[in-house]
Amino acid sequence: MSIYAYIAAMALTTYLIRVLPLTVFRKPIKSRFVRSFLHYVPYACLTAMTFPAILYSTESVISGLGALIVAVVLAFFGKSLLTVSLASCVTVFLLERIISLI
Amino acid sequence: MKWKEYCRGVRRGVPVGVGYFSVSFGFGAMAVAQGLKWLDATLISATNLTSAGQFAGLTLIIAGAGLWEMILTQLVINSRYALMSLALSQKMGSRIGVLPRLAIAFFNTDEIFALAMAETQPLTVPFLLGLGLTPFLGWTGGTLLGALAGSALPEMVRVALGVMLYGMFIAIVVPPARQEKPVLVAVALALVLSCLFTWVPGLNRVSAGISIVICTVAAAAVCAWLFPIPDEEVEA
Repeated sequence: MSIYAYIAAMALTTYLIRVLPLTVFRKPIKSRFVRSFLHYVPYACLTAMTFPAILYSTESVISGLGALIVAVVLAFFGKSLLTVSLASCVTVFLLERIISLI
Repeated sequence: MKWKEYCRGVRRGVPVGVGYFSVSFGFGAMAVAQGLKWLDATLISATNLTSAGQFAGLTLIIAGAGLWEMILTQLVINSRYALMSLALSQKMGSRIGVLPRLAIAFFNTDEIFALAMAETQPLTVPFLLGLGLTPFLGWTGGTLLGALAGSALPEMVRVALGVMLYGMFIAIVVPPARQEKPVLVAVALALVLSCLFTWVPGLNRVSAGISIVICTVAAAAVCAWLFPIPDEEVEA
């Protein structure tokens, strides 16, 4: 399938989700369940996308695991988004250099 | 007056734009590492302006998934924007017409939404449009540079840059999970489900998009049922 079909489908779906509540359906959501559900969606979704995929995103499971641990520890201590992302990249780079030496 | 409001919005958005630039650099590098053309990677960022949705979308493009799977995955992952647009709509009031809303909706990302909601003065169209400018440029420009650099950088640097988005996701999830038990439960549930879909024979044949959808919907639904959010949080 053409990549532009995918891009159009992604962009259109995302835009409709953003634009309809601003233009057509402007009433607040009354259902407490739906509001709670939407509150938890980002956390559940980001977690499912990150683990275990991060383990298989690098040359070796060890460097992926190292990046995960470093990121979780730094994030736990409230480090900024950029610090956490860069530290996980550096971890992968260093661990893979070490692994290639062994 | 209008121009001043626009500039005020632009200034307010700059920190977000800088943050987006660095993260989308990772997205661009990752996209070309997986075989996309640099122009296509940039086009995705310029038309979508969302991290998690694009990241999942990239996985589906690489996997050659069906279009309906792409649409369903985007619907679930980006469903939170509907809630944000609703809240933003309440805050904007009825003074702002439909045409500007069509433009403002495009820029409603998590961070821009947070900035708009934190505003104490009444929201104006020039301010909201200004707010989106640097985040949009940062996100698209970062992807472009990441994609161009990605094809030039050595393999080992490219691989390392590939974990950048994961690092960002972890930085978003961990602090609230540490503070709010219900979020921690949502994270734990999604984690366990995601592992099952990766490692249990049979279940691991479920495609990437659908398994993200199932993990997200199941974990969020269980938590919404166990820990409904208090009513005050609607405005947050």
